[in-house]
Amino acid sequence: MTSFILILLASIFFTGIVNRVKSITSGRKGPGILQPVKDVIRLFKKKPIYSKTTSFVFQVAPGIYFASVIMAIMIIPLGELKGIISFDGDFVFFAYILGIGKFFNIIGALDTGSSFEGMGASREALFSMFAEPAFFILMGSFALLTNHSSFQEIFTSMHFGSSITYVLGVLATIVLVMIALVENSRMPFDDPKTHLELTMVHEVMVLDNSGFDLGLISLATNLKFAMYGALIANLYMGNFPLYLTIPIFLGIQFMFAISVGILESFTARFRMNRNPQYILVLSSVSLLIFLGVLLVLGEFR
Amino acid sequence: MSHISISNNETIPLSSIPELDYPAFLEQNILSLKNSAGSHCVNYYGIPWNDNVRLICCIANDELSSINISSALVETGKPFNTFSKQNPAFEKFEREIHENFGIQYTDHPWLKPVRYPFNRYNKNENITDYPFFSIDSEELHEVGVGPIHAGIIEPGHFRFICNGEQILHLEIQLGYQHRGIEQLFIEKKKLLQRATLAENIAGDSVAGHTVAFTNLWESMCNYQPGRDLQLSRTLALELERIAVHTGNLSAMCTDIAYQLGSAVYGRLRTPIINFFQRWCGNRLAKGLIRAGKTNFPLTNELAAELTTLLNAYERDFEEISEELFNLPSALARFEKTGVLTREQAENLGTVGISARMSALERDIRYSHPHDLYRELNHQLLLKNHGDVHSRARLRKREIDQSIAYIRTLIQSIPGAGTQSVQLASPSPNSFTLSLVEGWRGEICHAAVTGENGELIHYKIKDPSFHNWMGLALAVRNNEISDFPICNKSFDLSYCGHDL
Repeated sequence: MTSFILILLASIFFTGIVNRVKSITSGRKGPGILQPVKDVIRLFKKKPIYSKTTSFVFQVAPGIYFASVIMAIMIIPLGELKGIISFDGDFVFFAYILGIGKFFNIIGALDTGSSFEGMGASREALFSMFAEPAFFILMGSFALLTNHSSFQEIFTSMHFGSSITYVLGVLATIVLVMIALVENSRMPFDDPKTHLELTMVHEVMVLDNSGFDLGLISLATNLKFAMYGALIANLYMGNFPLYLTIPIFLGIQFMFAISVGILESFTARFRMNRNPQYILVLSSVSLLIFLGVLLVLGEFR
Repeated sequence: MSHISISNNETIPLSSIPELDYPAFLEQNILSLKNSAGSHCVNYYGIPWNDNVRLICCIANDELSSINISSALVETGKPFNTFSKQNPAFEKFEREIHENFGIQYTDHPWLKPVRYPFNRYNKNENITDYPFFSIDSEELHEVGVGPIHAGIIEPGHFRFICNGEQILHLEIQLGYQHRGIEQLFIEKKKLLQRATLAENIAGDSVAGHTVAFTNLWESMCNYQPGRDLQLSRTLALELERIAVHTGNLSAMCTDIAYQLGSAVYGRLRTPIINFFQRWCGNRLAKGLIRAGKTNFPLTNELAAELTTLLNAYERDFEEISEELFNLPSALARFEKTGVLTREQAENLGTVGISARMSALERDIRYSHPHDLYRELNHQLLLKNHGDVHSRARLRKREIDQSIAYIRTLIQSIPGAGTQSVQLASPSPNSFTLSLVEGWRGEICHAAVTGENGELIHYKIKDPSFHNWMGLALAVRNNEISDFPICNKSFDLSYCGHDL
């Protein structure tokens, strides 16, 4: 429960901090930290408008997407404290409950019949597909290392004792940060600020959503970011007491948001056909982690 | 002689333009383009002539700094062979002639409408049923963009035929911005009205189009502008070049999502256009250039202000350009994207940066200098690859060059020497042509006067008229997600094309 509340709390500030960093680096004053939340509240007050070409799929998709993200957040632990849902193999459940949300997002976009949204949907599906192996190799390696298969047990029993495990921690952070950027359609994979339908990935999929539905999607996006931040924070908590884990959690969320902001300020977006290549690199980094785990376990003789 | 050679801004009697029969006219112009590499067509259009049409073809010879004018009288109903068959650069000119006068061409690739003018020959053709090219295929898909733009720019419809993410074909349909400017030039009788019209041909080329109109008008009235007038015109052209190129670099950074470049170039554009505001009360330089006079003489204080401003501009500009052109992620997006080969550029007759990026030597400042460009001894800047990077890089170098020119120009400010004089009325029965290198490329204005010196025909050609097809070819086989950056790097005008 603690982790759930903390993630909700972090999500309020996360996107605001990213935007603020971007505005400071470009010499602008920029909107307040709470602007993304205010936008969501404004959208919640509005009625969605549905085009005649769409069916019920388009109407239920935002709700299911939002629900899937909430479910996934419930699984995330905080150090010793379990998430609201916790069982053996919950990381598989985590990945596929997000998958369901994404699936509905994609068919919702296809349902509009717009050629832009079709392109966006196919890009999103492709990129998530490439990101999936990276996540499973990473979590699978940790499961192998710790002999556990739920998030909470894996994270608490991971001890960064030897130098190799520190290396593993750094590599895992890199993989998780990159997966978070892919899954949230951030730079350098996708430009969330662009007005160009032809270059968008996520944004183009929600072009036809409006009012309450769009509010749900924006809120889910904010939550997802904080969720991945929480996952990264868990790597470093181990079995520390609560008065240490909460500052660690908030600190890592803050650093994550700032680094995303800096990354988005000083680089250009990748060319679209470079994206799959780059995302596949994540899988190979995950394989390195797997190799490291085998080393730690002494499987090589 | 089957043509008459004039220099830029020269007024000649209409009767001195030789009138050929159509086959000879065709052969001569095609041959003169084929035989001399430095020749290109600057304008080709028709004038209603009693019940027939008088076609006028203007071929600029860059080596001799001359423009060869020839003409042919044709009947509208008869079929004719096209120039386009032998030289694709004429493709759009002939579409326009066909649209306006209903001349039937026998071997034109596709006589599509250009801009649906109000007085078009076939009024049954409407903008809503434009004949698009299409391919029947299970694998390919069509993406239509526009005419309403998602951002703030003008309307135009782009239809892509794609194989997945790859563009196979792009067709650009324009004409939504047509305002009948050429017709208005004849209807509006006052000089001020006409100058205002020229300023509003394309809002981003105010100086370019107004200088073209003003030079043409002064030549027709047999008026020689003083040095102070020439200076302010040259200065306005170069300042406009700096301002628009800077804004364009900013927009290109936005399109590749490079926020720092977008913010810094965007900020740098402001002091330049604000200088116009200080000088003439309008940030786009409207009202600055007038035939036979200037309402806003350039003072020494203004020049001093400009020097300080340019010093501050240059420091930041060089710093951010150093960053941008060394940033791997930006170069990865720029290089080898949207390539227009030299051969394609030559065939299409592209102008301005869209020609120089492919090592095609097209620059009016160099080949047909006017105003103070005669003294500046302009050196051509060329790139070879014809990609987005070449276009961005050329913009950067042209800005550097413009800054140097401005510094030279404002070293000595002539006093407000020009007294406001009443211009004589234009010479009757004459023809004038004015070429100006605007920031986008060569602008061509041509006018014909009647018995009493009244304007009977006015023809405007914006550089975009040549270059739109260049964009359509450059994006082929590129990814559709790279289209915005290609489009932005060409930076073409919708209203300049649509008139």
